[in-house]
Amino acid sequence: MLEVKGLKKYFKTPHGMLHAVDDVSFSIKRGTTLGIVGESGCGKSTTGRAILRLIEPTAGEVLFEGTDIRKLSTAELRRLRCEMQIIFQDPFSSIDPRQTIAQTIEEPMKLQGIIRDKRERMARVLELAEMVGIAERLMNAYPHELDGGRRQRVGIARALALNPRFIVCDEPVSALDISIQAQILNLLSDLQERLDLTYIFITHDLSVVNHFSDDIAVMYLGRLVEKAPAEELFTNPLHPYTRALLSAIPIPSLHNRRERIILKGEITSPIEPEKACRFAGRCWCADDRCRTEEPSLTDLGNGHFVSCFQAN
Amino acid sequence: MQNKKRYRGQSQVYQIWYRFRHNKSAMLGLVIISLLILIAVFADVLFSYDGIAIKQNIMERLQAPSAAHPMGTDDYGRDILARVVHGSRISLGIGFGGVAIALFGGTIIGAIAGFYGGKVDMVVMRVTDIFMAIPNILMAMIIVAVAGTSAVTIAISLGIAAIPTFTRVARGAVLTVREMEYIESARAIGAKNSTIISKHILPNCFAPLLVQTTLSMAIIILSVSGLSYLGMGIKAPIPEWGSMLSASRAYLQGNSYMAIFPGLAIMLTILALNLLGDGLRDASDPKLK
Amino acid sequence: MREKEMLQTDNILEIRDLFVEYRTFDGTVKAVNGLDLSLKAGMTLGLVGETGAGKTTAGLAVMQLIQQPPGIIRGGSIYFNGENLLKKSDRQMRAVRGSRISMIFQDPMTSLNPVHSVQDQIAEVIGEHEKIKKSEAVIKAQELLEMVGIPAARSKEYPHQFSGGMKQRVVIAMALAANPNLLIADEPTTALDVTIQAQVLEMIKELRRKYSTAMLIITHDLGVVAEVCDAVSVIYAGHIVEHGTLEDVFDHNLHPYTQGLFDSLPNLQDRKVKLKPIKGLMPDPTDLPKGCVFHPRCKYSMPICETEKPARAHRTDGHYVECHLYDGGDVKKSKVRTT
Repeated sequence: MLEVKGLKKYFKTPHGMLHAVDDVSFSIKRGTTLGIVGESGCGKSTTGRAILRLIEPTAGEVLFEGTDIRKLSTAELRRLRCEMQIIFQDPFSSIDPRQTIAQTIEEPMKLQGIIRDKRERMARVLELAEMVGIAERLMNAYPHELDGGRRQRVGIARALALNPRFIVCDEPVSALDISIQAQILNLLSDLQERLDLTYIFITHDLSVVNHFSDDIAVMYLGRLVEKAPAEELFTNPLHPYTRALLSAIPIPSLHNRRERIILKGEITSPIEPEKACRFAGRCWCADDRCRTEEPSLTDLGNGHFVSCFQAN
Repeated sequence: MQNKKRYRGQSQVYQIWYRFRHNKSAMLGLVIISLLILIAVFADVLFSYDGIAIKQNIMERLQAPSAAHPMGTDDYGRDILARVVHGSRISLGIGFGGVAIALFGGTIIGAIAGFYGGKVDMVVMRVTDIFMAIPNILMAMIIVAVAGTSAVTIAISLGIAAIPTFTRVARGAVLTVREMEYIESARAIGAKNSTIISKHILPNCFAPLLVQTTLSMAIIILSVSGLSYLGMGIKAPIPEWGSMLSASRAYLQGNSYMAIFPGLAIMLTILALNLLGDGLRDASDPKLK
Repeated sequence: MREKEMLQTDNILEIRDLFVEYRTFDGTVKAVNGLDLSLKAGMTLGLVGETGAGKTTAGLAVMQLIQQPPGIIRGGSIYFNGENLLKKSDRQMRAVRGSRISMIFQDPMTSLNPVHSVQDQIAEVIGEHEKIKKSEAVIKAQELLEMVGIPAARSKEYPHQFSGGMKQRVVIAMALAANPNLLIADEPTTALDVTIQAQVLEMIKELRRKYSTAMLIITHDLGVVAEVCDAVSVIYAGHIVEHGTLEDVFDHNLHPYTQGLFDSLPNLQDRKVKLKPIKGLMPDPTDLPKGCVFHPRCKYSMPICETEKPARAHRTDGHYVECHLYDGGDVKKSKVRTT
């Protein structure tokens, strides 16, 4: 359904080019979820936005059902927005504080002109609100009157308004409390089943991504370091970074505790990085090759890809 | 945790009003401004313009305040109260007109600079910086000197002189709002740039612009009087507070009331506008509470 | 008089029936409602709850840092080493703060001064509490920094030159500078990345072993609690609903809210388990429900829950729960957790 090839996004900074996303490739099958995990500054959000062309990629191809969205004109891109949507992290800044809930959900349909009759449009707004679990009485409320969980539901309704088939979820539950987080995760997976949606699920929370994704891609400083089916990645992580990341999750249980891998060393700067593995500075099994050559993503079979000299 | 206040069922405009209402000095400013506007609107009902305000009566010149002339009369025997009342029309009229021009021009220029950024922003802001380096009143004097001294040209010249201030405020506000996720969200549903600016960015820049509007209006009204005082503004016999002050210079020794009342009118207006502006600023910024 | 204020206890911190409110235009926000908390010397207590549960307010109350107005401590007592902190004057409190109790906050930047080097900032804290020369204080500061894993070579640097995890270490070093008896940490690792969080948690554990400072860790993350705490208090709407040792709360939890929290978390062992979220939302703190505050969201809610506040039921001496399900007092026979 979606194929990303050699995606790059560099930002200009006073100290040189920041390689936010560097040569990232992956593909997603229809109706499945790809989780993208990584820590802050690893380029996961930038990847999500570059796929939707909310920011212009520096290089690479993004094929949505065969068409390269980077080659589309502005008008064609606007039409494609009906198919591809995004749900944002911060429910406090992702909806316009000056629009009511109804106006917020209605806006995409109005802009794209899919339902021209006002009464029909309002009926659709109510239908969407019900689908995500927002009471009708809140339709004329303003966002600041709603709590985070409800706002996030509004954000989801708005994204669904155009009947998209593909949604980028950018940390949709990170800003929410645990009990609300579970409500939203359940809602997202119900919607996926009902509407046959394809998700990219971007998060820093490994336990959430494990629960939610079919495939998981791990990013580190702009690079895709490992990608595998969720089950496989959790039972058989090959990249040292993935292993450290998995071991670092604080487990809310007194049983099945695992040995921690505590990383040492400094994080490499993503600005004009040297030709080397970007994790080498913190890696405990790095050798000379890791410090002079950059590993590339290698297929190990079973859909398991890893970008590490030591893992092969 | 957060002791965030809740406002039920109302928009942000209501929230601002809600906080504003609890601010006594700001409410005082609002009351004074409202009274002044009423006086300006009904000036003709209160005092006939031709019959009283500009009617010269040498017999009654330079009279001290009395029951017949509560603020006394000037050197041509005109009733000062009537002239102060009619003067409010000129001051407020030019104030509103000038600020409207500045708001309109400054917001558009600032919004474009802030939204598109890069080179556009660079050029616009450097030009703005240059204009900011010229004092408002000096700039207005230059324009008036070229275009003549009618109320309209003064409003336009003071308005243009105030554009850079609004450009800065609007650009700053747009820069903040532009980074909000709901702007990206609007782009994600396929909104055009023009739609994003007009529907999402500008409405959210409303508060700082409103504050600037009241503060700039005070400056413009002061400049009108300043220009007239310098003899480059409204010409006699049209009643204008600044030119009335100017005319009183020769009589300050014995007939100080000629200066006191127009002076008080200017002071009160500026004070009220500043109170209003400060109140609006506090009310629109919840962090200050 | 003084005798009466003292409390005979081996708890370094004991909060009893604390009430804190914020009075605002739109009503009274009841942030903390009859909070009880006790922490033994040298132990670590986790205070677990969600946004708006009153965790931070409770921490600020101990430090007497609640902004008044709008905040007001309406009742209760906070005993620190047997002395009631609420009876202390501002001056006495200043002496307690920093030297005997320190607090670290979620955002390390708020506690660091950007214009001084980190060693100077820590040396200043040491200088305030100990009568030693500046040069000695600086050496001590460097030792502290090294202890939290910042090499002496970097101790002359300024806060902005450090990464988030390093900054949090500096803040912890600063909090420890005066050798406090009690350290309150408000979401100390929430702003950090997972791998960095692991480092900081490891360091906290290390410090605990070395100094046996008592700690109150305020967090929403049960994973962090499992990592570093000895005992856990679960707070809901400003009130402790369940308290016990780590084992009590993780393996034998009784309160439906505690159970709901655990069920809301994705299970790392078995990824196909469906999440069971707690229904509804946190109650409006200006208008708390009558009876048990949790009853509108509770799946076991009974008529009595709507009218009466539940009493405390003990499973063991150290483990209690406040819920009508255990009204008979016979907690062990309860069948709640059979599902």
